[in-house]
Amino acid sequence: MSIAAALEDVEVDYRGRGRALGPISLAVAEGEIIALVGPSGCGKSTALRLLAGLEPASRGQVRRAAGRGETSVVFQAPTLAPWMSAGANVALPLELAGTPKAEARSQAAEALARVGLAGTEGSRPAQLSGGMAMRASLARALVTRPRLLMLDEPFAALDEITRRTLADDVLALWSQTRPAIVFVTHNVEEAAYMAERIVVLTRGPGRIAGEVRVEAPLPRPPGFRTWPVFTEAAETISALLARGAEAGP
Amino acid sequence: MNRLTDTLAPLGLILLLLGGWELACRMTGVPAYFLPPPSQVAVAAVEGLPVLVPAAWNTLSVALVALALAAACALALAILVGLSPLIERAVRPLASALQVTPVVAVAPLILIWAGIDHPERAVIALAVLVAFFPIFSGAVTGLRSADPDLERLFDLYGANRLQRVMRLRLPAAVPFLMEGLKVGAGLAIIGAVVAEFAAGSGGVRGLAWQILDAGNKLQTDRMIAALLVLAVMGVAVHAGLERLERAGLRWWRGR
Repeated sequence: MSIAAALEDVEVDYRGRGRALGPISLAVAEGEIIALVGPSGCGKSTALRLLAGLEPASRGQVRRAAGRGETSVVFQAPTLAPWMSAGANVALPLELAGTPKAEARSQAAEALARVGLAGTEGSRPAQLSGGMAMRASLARALVTRPRLLMLDEPFAALDEITRRTLADDVLALWSQTRPAIVFVTHNVEEAAYMAERIVVLTRGPGRIAGEVRVEAPLPRPPGFRTWPVFTEAAETISALLARGAEAGP
Repeated sequence: MNRLTDTLAPLGLILLLLGGWELACRMTGVPAYFLPPPSQVAVAAVEGLPVLVPAAWNTLSVALVALALAAACALALAILVGLSPLIERAVRPLASALQVTPVVAVAPLILIWAGIDHPERAVIALAVLVAFFPIFSGAVTGLRSADPDLERLFDLYGANRLQRVMRLRLPAAVPFLMEGLKVGAGLAIIGAVVAEFAAGSGGVRGLAWQILDAGNKLQTDRMIAALLVLAVMGVAVHAGLERLERAGLRWWRGR
């Protein structure tokens, strides 16, 4: 299977304050869904930014098959520009890449419709609820049809019902174009539900404490949270997390 | 009820002070050139209206022209500074040095350079000088205030410098710009008045000149009347800009 992005023996230093992450090696295959799980401050968001090409490694190699326009990131906050309409926000990546405005806006409207926000192009972010703003952010990430989609604790600020719905929606969207997805979370259930492969990091500077694979169909069938494969995966992740939290530098 | 008291309370205090002032003048018989009673000031204000209004317009238009010029210069320089850290390092100390130099001290020099034949140009230049800095520092801060994650997205999308400034940093700076503009407007009026004083008699016939002229003739009632018009003008400009800022922020936030 070909690789979308990979870290090879990568280390990242804080500016003069020791190591933030690594050494760590991690390959993301095309179309694969990986969850990065770990305690706060273990460097999981740093790993994400490395894979996205937003941050340089202090040592080691970052390989990226996905080019500039083929990577998208969704942050913990919706990160929409308040002075632009939802449509303009979603069209922004296309417009910055030189797509004519009318074309970009119509693609943005389509992307908004795909995340369940049809007709909100003219709304300002302030007029959207937290969950809707997150969907708009997701639409902006998907509008370029990325090969590599990065989600940095995207649902952390949302309530449980909304985050479960969004998890299913992300998986449904994934099945349409099958980008590789790397998402960071500290929620064990969310990781076991959404990812095929869960990579658990140790306490900072994060190294890989272990990996868990969830062999089950994607998107998840109804009632998947009661399947043994799900509950076992969640248990294993928790155990790895507990062990990783002890293993200090 | 609350709104009513909000209006009535300061009004009551003003009336009380005016009453006390009037009473004190009449009872002590203090000479009018030293302290005229408010009734006499009111008469002077009404009689002087045909002179005071054009004078106020003179000062106000100078201040507004200066504000526009200062805003344009400040924004242009702030964008340059935002584009290049080198320019910023070069500009900062100079800007600070100019900022802490009192405008009254600079005035005579500017008058020599710009003002011998065209004192109004010197007055505008001095008002620009004082209005410039709050707008400039607001713009510099504002241009740096964009959400760092949005900055990362612009990295990711391969935005060039111009796109970054025009589509992210400039719009993100709008609230800071409006605040700077508000402060700058107040300072532009102060700058215009100070410059008129420095320009001296007959140069620019604004409100400050009215005050100077009345002072030279010991017409204290006219002095106070002109001062009153100046205060009213300042309050009006501030209130107008406050409204503009609120409306602008509502638009910017989208609610």
